[in-house]
Amino acid sequence: MNPTLKKPRESVDLSELTQSTFPDEVLEKVLSLVQSHKDRNSASLVCKDWYNAERWTRTKLFIGNCYSVSPEIVARRFPKIKSVTLKGKPRFSDFNLVPENWGADIQAWLDVFAKVYPFLEELRLKRMAVSDESLEFLAKSFHGFKVLSLLSCDGFSTDGISSIAAHCKSLTELDIQENGMDDISGSWLSCFPDDFASLEVLNFASLNSEISIDALERLVSRCKSLRVLKVNKNVTLSQLQRLLVRAPQLIELGTGCFLPDLTSRQYAELESAFSNCKNLHTISGLWEATYRYLPVLYAACASLTFLNLSYATIRSGEFLKLLAHCPSLRRLWVFDTVKDEGLEAVGTSCPLLEELRVFPADPFEEDIVHGVTESGFVAVSAGCPKLQYVLYFCRQMTNAAVATIVRNCPDFTHFRLCIMNPGQPDYMTNEPMDEAFGAVVKTCKKLQRLSVSGLLTDLTFEYIGRYAKNLETLSVAFAGRSDWGMQCVLEGCSKLRKLEIRDCPFGNAALLSGLEKYESMRCLWMSACSVTMNGCRLLAQERPRLNVEVIKDENSDDSADKLYVYRSVAGPRRDAPPFVVTL
Amino acid sequence: MTTIYENNDLATELRLGLPGTTDESKTELSNNKRSSSDLNHHDQQDSSSTPKVQIVGWPPVRSYRKNIVIQTKNSNCDISQGMYVKVSMDGAPYLRKIDLRFYKSYQELLKALENMFKHPIGIYLEKEGNTTCGSNYVLTYEDKDGDWMLVGDVPLDMFINSCKRLRIMKGCEAKGLGCI
Repeated sequence: MNPTLKKPRESVDLSELTQSTFPDEVLEKVLSLVQSHKDRNSASLVCKDWYNAERWTRTKLFIGNCYSVSPEIVARRFPKIKSVTLKGKPRFSDFNLVPENWGADIQAWLDVFAKVYPFLEELRLKRMAVSDESLEFLAKSFHGFKVLSLLSCDGFSTDGISSIAAHCKSLTELDIQENGMDDISGSWLSCFPDDFASLEVLNFASLNSEISIDALERLVSRCKSLRVLKVNKNVTLSQLQRLLVRAPQLIELGTGCFLPDLTSRQYAELESAFSNCKNLHTISGLWEATYRYLPVLYAACASLTFLNLSYATIRSGEFLKLLAHCPSLRRLWVFDTVKDEGLEAVGTSCPLLEELRVFPADPFEEDIVHGVTESGFVAVSAGCPKLQYVLYFCRQMTNAAVATIVRNCPDFTHFRLCIMNPGQPDYMTNEPMDEAFGAVVKTCKKLQRLSVSGLLTDLTFEYIGRYAKNLETLSVAFAGRSDWGMQCVLEGCSKLRKLEIRDCPFGNAALLSGLEKYESMRCLWMSACSVTMNGCRLLAQERPRLNVEVIKDENSDDSADKLYVYRSVAGPRRDAPPFVVTL
Repeated sequence: MTTIYENNDLATELRLGLPGTTDESKTELSNNKRSSSDLNHHDQQDSSSTPKVQIVGWPPVRSYRKNIVIQTKNSNCDISQGMYVKVSMDGAPYLRKIDLRFYKSYQELLKALENMFKHPIGIYLEKEGNTTCGSNYVLTYEDKDGDWMLVGDVPLDMFINSCKRLRIMKGCEAKGLGCI
């Protein structure tokens, strides 16, 4: 810079600067391009202008805990919402730990949305209570409604789905997955009007009742943009063939039942139908696909990235052959019936694998040792260095095996290991599994989610607190020795958002050590631990912005059987059932 | 389409007892006086004498997936015994035997027989009035009623259960065979 042309110093009016250089329209335009709700949350904290620009431009709402905010508060802040994602019950409700009628009813939300967001297009619900009346209300209140996704919800029946099919003329997605619902009949499918043709996603794989295959064929024929079709197990192979020839553009397919019922000509036709599906990336379903007819899939497997065999108790023999045709696999879900041999084949055939989930076929069978062991897991890790997400159910594990696994795959972001016998030690050394999880947290710097199991002392939690600096979700069961364990986690894991604990010897001291922490977390669940009502009351007193809820047993003693703590700007729940005590 | 949800772990059935209570197993495990090796041994003894009481919600398996497994188990049949039938080929001096249960599709069966007799065989297709590969030979079988049938018309399972013997027949003779 030329010193003779130096500008005289003047005081600068900063507000003038911001007003003249950054009009609202520009700010809104820029912010409307920001999609991630986390980024938007951050942006809204910058200053008042940004807060306002952000709230006017947000169209997608993500609420991870429906009780952390109220529909009225949401409606006041965000005027232009088109898409809502809502999650309700605590995750342990999936395992029957939360009694029925706990709450998370969608109707209160729909009432407000109907008034404030008449142009609502998308609703994705997880673990919410949804009634048929609510579904009918939804179908009739939002005329441009496009996307309905229900995962792990309960309280509705196929009648509610009929309302959606009948009234949502612009529907593009209907995704019904693993809900606690009443499957009365398959007539809902026939409720789509004859001229309805906008469907892009249809998933009714978890429904059991029979639908009209003719109605489905006609629907599939009309919906030229259909890219995801997941049928239920009542659809036979010959029926599937007729659907496939009408929808060769599918990207995701969930087959029906794979029982052998084809003549040789039908087999050839099915094989040909699959080979015409050039865009298939995901295949699931495959009920009863034990050893016959899997070869019909081979032609479609070259570009497969996600193979979901978690409905098929497939054995290692045919699994090996199928895998040989799937070199591009990135995600694989499978039952442990494939055994270690099957997993060895995964290691050799699927070098691009990023996600592996191995589910137990016989979770309650104790006497016979079967399923997968540590060597299967090690074999996969040796051949699949890109592994990031694993969910692994097994009956035996060693510290050494886990250390090897994470040495092979240091990029784990999600490590969920379930040794099915609670409190089981390293079966070779008889030591606790502390060093296994120590290795995981020391090696996997990007770890976001961890589920631990086996015999664990407080040392595991010391390791977690010291090393797992990116950990956001931790699930603990039948582990630990004293309050110290839980304290280590609460103190050390700065990014922790969700902590769920069951059957551990953590008490009030541990609970209260997290006083500073819970408002920065989504929620804490503690059941069958050593926490008392007094401890919970103290927590509630010290932190009025937390909702401290105890689900009480019929016992009148002082133990807090199930504790659920979460931050909320909406205050205590107004719809809590009698067995939920808000402190 | 990327779903925002992960398909999570699964669940157990409800067992008898108050919601949220666990059973004796919990008190065993939280008894820190017992060393880990004792615990293991005790469990092993238990599993042979008394059935282990199920803990609510453990292993964390959703009831939806558990029910699938039970249904699948009931309809699975392990093929343990062989099912050998005689195979004759017109013009060949010796008969052979094959295990029908070994084959997972008609294509595999055909290939095996072609290998065995070192000669291409066709499956008769009514439409063209000819065999698939233009071969002179066609595969037929004798069913339970003693009738000679063309192979390929019925689902494989049905065929396996009704086939008593196989005959690789000369094409000119096969033309006389009608289907229903």
